[in-house]
Amino acid sequence: MSAESPYAVELKGVSFKRGERDIFKNVDIHIPRGKVTGIMGPSGCGKTTLLRLIAAELMPSQGEVRVNGLNLPSLSRGELFDMRKQMGVLFQSGALFTDLDVFENVAFPLRVHTQLPEEMIRDIVLMKLQAVGLRGAVELMPDELSGGMKRRVALARAIVLDPQILIYDEPFVGQDPIAMGVLVRLIRLLNDALGITSIVVSHDLAETASIADYLYVVGDTQVLGQGTPAELMDSDNPRIRQFMQGTPDGPVPFHFPADNYRDDLLRGR
Amino acid sequence: MRKTSVLERVRLFGRAGIDLLGTLGRSVIFLLRALFGRSSTGNGFQLLVKQLYSVGVMSLAIIVVSGVFIGMVLSLQGFSILAQYGSEQAVGQMVALTLLRELGPVVTALLFAGRAGSALTAEIGNMKSTEQLSSLAMIGVDPLKYIVAPRLWAGFISMPLLAMIFSVVGIWGGSMVAIDWLGVYEGSFWANMQNSVSFREDVLNGVIKSIVFAFVVTWIAVFQGYDCEPTSEGISRATTKTVVYASLAVLGLDFILTALMFGDF
Repeated sequence: MSAESPYAVELKGVSFKRGERDIFKNVDIHIPRGKVTGIMGPSGCGKTTLLRLIAAELMPSQGEVRVNGLNLPSLSRGELFDMRKQMGVLFQSGALFTDLDVFENVAFPLRVHTQLPEEMIRDIVLMKLQAVGLRGAVELMPDELSGGMKRRVALARAIVLDPQILIYDEPFVGQDPIAMGVLVRLIRLLNDALGITSIVVSHDLAETASIADYLYVVGDTQVLGQGTPAELMDSDNPRIRQFMQGTPDGPVPFHFPADNYRDDLLRGR
Repeated sequence: MRKTSVLERVRLFGRAGIDLLGTLGRSVIFLLRALFGRSSTGNGFQLLVKQLYSVGVMSLAIIVVSGVFIGMVLSLQGFSILAQYGSEQAVGQMVALTLLRELGPVVTALLFAGRAGSALTAEIGNMKSTEQLSSLAMIGVDPLKYIVAPRLWAGFISMPLLAMIFSVVGIWGGSMVAIDWLGVYEGSFWANMQNSVSFREDVLNGVIKSIVFAFVVTWIAVFQGYDCEPTSEGISRATTKTVVYASLAVLGLDFILTALMFGDF
């Protein structure tokens, strides 16, 4: 796959195990370049694991993970760190450096990877903070920010090196409606304005479907379905329909496997 | 309670052995990568200075206070024992040799494990649980070089210096008690010390001990933080492990080093 390939990220026949438990078995995922792709699925289905496989924080037990043509499992540790400069990741918690203020958090990638003069670093940081609406918070420390603000600062930090690929891990969890609206708009806006590839890993159906060009639904170690949001809404697959419509009963059980309820209650401890 | 079969016990024992070997292997790879891996940033010296302050300078108070008190106690105890044999003038020699050979390196290492070691483990563990280490890696910065390596070097450098400071203030505390309080003649206190303390045998061996302890304690502390389960309970367990493992390692190694240095084999 070359840099001109229509896919920025490709997972081919990827399997991943935790101990003896299969998380993914022979999964194929193709993330189109320049689009917003949503990876969705119920909690605990391995969405964050998938993100960590794409970011090469975890290595597959089998298969290829290609990012911009590079097969990540075959790269050395140094090459992996170089590759990650093309990638921005927005973690669920924001993961801001707690000993640095907002300005220094956003300036951090510039300071470690570039030799830019201080004036230019200042201008770039302020521009990125302006893009996420937090230029006024430049002197605050992370513990003075709300959860939504932390994520926006983390977003400014993730885009400060103008990455080609931006990955969002559950960006909508725990957001109030205003922050949620801001984030949804920002993800779409940044994708279109910067021409990057966005991957949104989330279980928030409405928000993800509203901005994604293409969706993957994962669960039960497999890709259950893929397509545009409209195609998935109309899917005949009962598992996808259950997830897209949010019904508690269906092929995906609400209850974790357990013994008979009545027997369990009568048995005592 | 469920009975465990012999076979199951053997299996559990084997599992524990494999886990232990796995942890040892991980910790060696971790150390080699942190010390000799490729650096992705150019500000290593700045990071080292910051950690020297946090690990070394911030430990000074506890080291100095403990050193003074231990020196004073040694002097008191030594005087009362030596006075029975009419050798109270040798109290300076006893205080100096005890501090330089044993208590300086050992107590400094134990205090260092409790103050700086536990702080290092908790700090790195907290960074892991709040995804700051992952975040660094995603920015293209190796956390082993950026976070771990400066802390390791800071520990290696600062602990031998702290051990020397401990011995010096301990001797000063001992002299205060012996000369100013118990009335030992100042001339014989210092002259006995000078005559009996050998630079190579006592001072240098003490420094070598503290270098070994610095290496082991700091390695245990940073590895426990980096390898911990990223939860509150995991961090708490890792911090406890740091203090327990580091203390046991220091005491065990002290015996081995003492046997090698002074055992006359």
